[in-house]
Amino acid sequence: MNFQLPDLTPMIPELSMTAFALMVLLLDLLIKKKEVVALISIAGVALVSLTLFGPSGTTFGTMFISDGYSTFFKIIFFVNVILSILISIKYIAVEKINYGEYYSLMLFSTIGMMIMASAGDLIVLYLGLELMALSTYVLAGFNRHDIKSNEAALKYFLLGAFSSAFLLYGISIIYGLTGTTDLRAIASFISARDLTDNFSLLLSIIFLTVAFGFKIAAAPFHMWAPDVYEGAPTSITAFMSVGPKAAGFAVLGRVFMIAFASVKADWAAILIPIAILTMAIGNIVALSQTNIKRMLAYSSIAHAGYALLGIITANNEGLASMMNYLMIYAFMNIGAFAVIIMLRSEGFKGDSIYDYEGLSKTHPLAAVLMLIFMFSLTGIPPTAGFIGKLYLFVSAINAGYTWLVVVAVIFSAISAYFYLRIIMYMYMREPKTTVTLTTSFSNGIALGITTAAVLLIGILPSYLLDLAKAAIKGF
Amino acid sequence: MIQQLFFIYFAFAITGLSLLVVTRKNPVHSVLWMLLLFFHIASLYLFLNAEFMAAIQVIVYAGGILVLFLFVVLLMNIREELRIGKYIGAGPTGFTFAAALLVVVFMSLRSFVAAPPGIYSIDLIKKETHTMVLGKLMYTEFLYPFEITSLILLVAIIGAIVLAKRRLKT
Amino acid sequence: MPGTYIPSEYLPVLIFIIIATAFGFGALIIGTVFRLKKPYYEKLLPYESGIDPKGEPRTRFAVRFYIIAMLFVVFDVEAIFIYPWAIVFDKIGIFAFIEMVLFIVILLVGYIYAWKKEAFQWD
Repeated sequence: MNFQLPDLTPMIPELSMTAFALMVLLLDLLIKKKEVVALISIAGVALVSLTLFGPSGTTFGTMFISDGYSTFFKIIFFVNVILSILISIKYIAVEKINYGEYYSLMLFSTIGMMIMASAGDLIVLYLGLELMALSTYVLAGFNRHDIKSNEAALKYFLLGAFSSAFLLYGISIIYGLTGTTDLRAIASFISARDLTDNFSLLLSIIFLTVAFGFKIAAAPFHMWAPDVYEGAPTSITAFMSVGPKAAGFAVLGRVFMIAFASVKADWAAILIPIAILTMAIGNIVALSQTNIKRMLAYSSIAHAGYALLGIITANNEGLASMMNYLMIYAFMNIGAFAVIIMLRSEGFKGDSIYDYEGLSKTHPLAAVLMLIFMFSLTGIPPTAGFIGKLYLFVSAINAGYTWLVVVAVIFSAISAYFYLRIIMYMYMREPKTTVTLTTSFSNGIALGITTAAVLLIGILPSYLLDLAKAAIKGF
Repeated sequence: MIQQLFFIYFAFAITGLSLLVVTRKNPVHSVLWMLLLFFHIASLYLFLNAEFMAAIQVIVYAGGILVLFLFVVLLMNIREELRIGKYIGAGPTGFTFAAALLVVVFMSLRSFVAAPPGIYSIDLIKKETHTMVLGKLMYTEFLYPFEITSLILLVAIIGAIVLAKRRLKT
Repeated sequence: MPGTYIPSEYLPVLIFIIIATAFGFGALIIGTVFRLKKPYYEKLLPYESGIDPKGEPRTRFAVRFYIIAMLFVVFDVEAIFIYPWAIVFDKIGIFAFIEMVLFIVILLVGYIYAWKKEAFQWD
């Protein structure tokens, strides 16, 4: 038996990231000042990101795929982890959870996401998902003396394990039907054996939709999101509202577009009601929230609904606009959390929307930044959020889903109420409580990057979209 | 015929034991029923010609994970399950959904057609032994998933220490 | 043909299980049939070296047990992975060695981490 070592060059980002995460874990044992660990983590992720543009290709059979699609998602994950670490540094000191494992768990979670984005095989996909999810469960409960954080971790874990069971059941049905877990082999087997009308296949697609829907927090699998987002440390809320969601979309896109390419009509019919329900629940329930983290949780659910439009179109244009949207969402959502995190100070939670009353009078700069991010989340020009939604809707219209876009626009209009309410509180009310901002240099950098990105993408939109379109080529 | 009889026994026993595990009021009883459940699952693996899996099922699940369960049960020291009205009330709805899911799964799986079997026939596995076949596959073709599992195990170590260590050393 | 496999070499195990179960339950049943049934208060008390028992028999376990058990399970699983590896080691050759070293190094990092965090210490 002769076994050759597979070509490892396409997976250099994963390998270096793993080596680096292990190093951070060990360095944490030596370094007493955890800010240094954070800086090393950021520098390391920046270094690893340089390797992203190395050789592409598949390796380990077809288990690992490095192509433009996966690279684009990895950029989102890197942006996510760097910005999340930047906003964490001061915050976790305030929360008194300043432990080094925090950063290494973030890195391990990111490795899981990278594995998911590059997965060409359902087994690898599942393992990547578990790696990402396990790290995130721990991070959600990182504030272990806070009962809400414990609740968040427990709920996230129990429901996550439940959704994993659905994923595994779906995978096992597919394996039984096709005898393989390789995505392309599944696709060719389905068309060769003409399984397109098989109900078992449909059932497995439904199970996979449940599992991925859980990860992207799409209704009706969103139940965990508000409690988890509220209870988790705010920086982790920012981290997991972008990273695992983007990773979920990455696998959703790849599995459905490649493995189930021949049954597009079936899964589109499943995803359309889910998308509508997601937008409806996200936007309507958000109206009555008074906790800003809960409100952004519902907003995050709603945004998953918009991004699903990109998958539903089932063509490269739709996928490109979805990727574009997720990148924009990473910037604007973490930006909003970077403002929220500043309101947390010793002995003051600062997560009620009433804490924002009159913020423009006491802290005008923070209010302006929040205004930009809220505008962007609503989708008001000239911010990036507008561009993201515009391209998504255009691609959906081009694919013939005009009515769906009309629905999305209506819900988008509803969303303006709760986003703009924050702005109204900030600018048209008198301050009731004296809010002291916890500012830090690193958080300032995060705010700078996100604001610049939101405005620049808003003004010069074509660059990012071209990047996404180039990435999707040859998918 | 005889293997079908065995399968029917295991299928019913596993389902029944699982029900016993989740319905016992005393959590220690649940854990003990679970022990029996794990042994039944291990025997089912034997009938699937997967000896090594059966051994793992006994060593890891019955030996390791069950101890973990028992520790958690004793850690919380609950003698009787808490009955909170809020959660009990959801029973009928949950039952309806579960029953509907069961019907859907059952109906869909009627159209199930198994893929042609691969190269690993019963004779081949008998000749080479299950552990050997498994090892050959896991350390060549499935090397990448195997290495990912080490990361998952590592995260499990970190997670246990971060969440449960009384005084976390910085 | 799939589904026609019977692990006949495990028949002795089955017989053992049946005999052991029969023996266990049989002893209990025979005991209940023949033994005298004259319970009184002292006889029904749990045996505590002649002292009347007080308080709960079950005490709460410390969370440390959980950490130890969790670490045990993790390294148990690691050891399980080494078993099939050892069997196929000579078939695959040097690569098998490299991949297992990688696997163990990753878990060794976890071991060092746990050690340094004093997870093995009883506080």
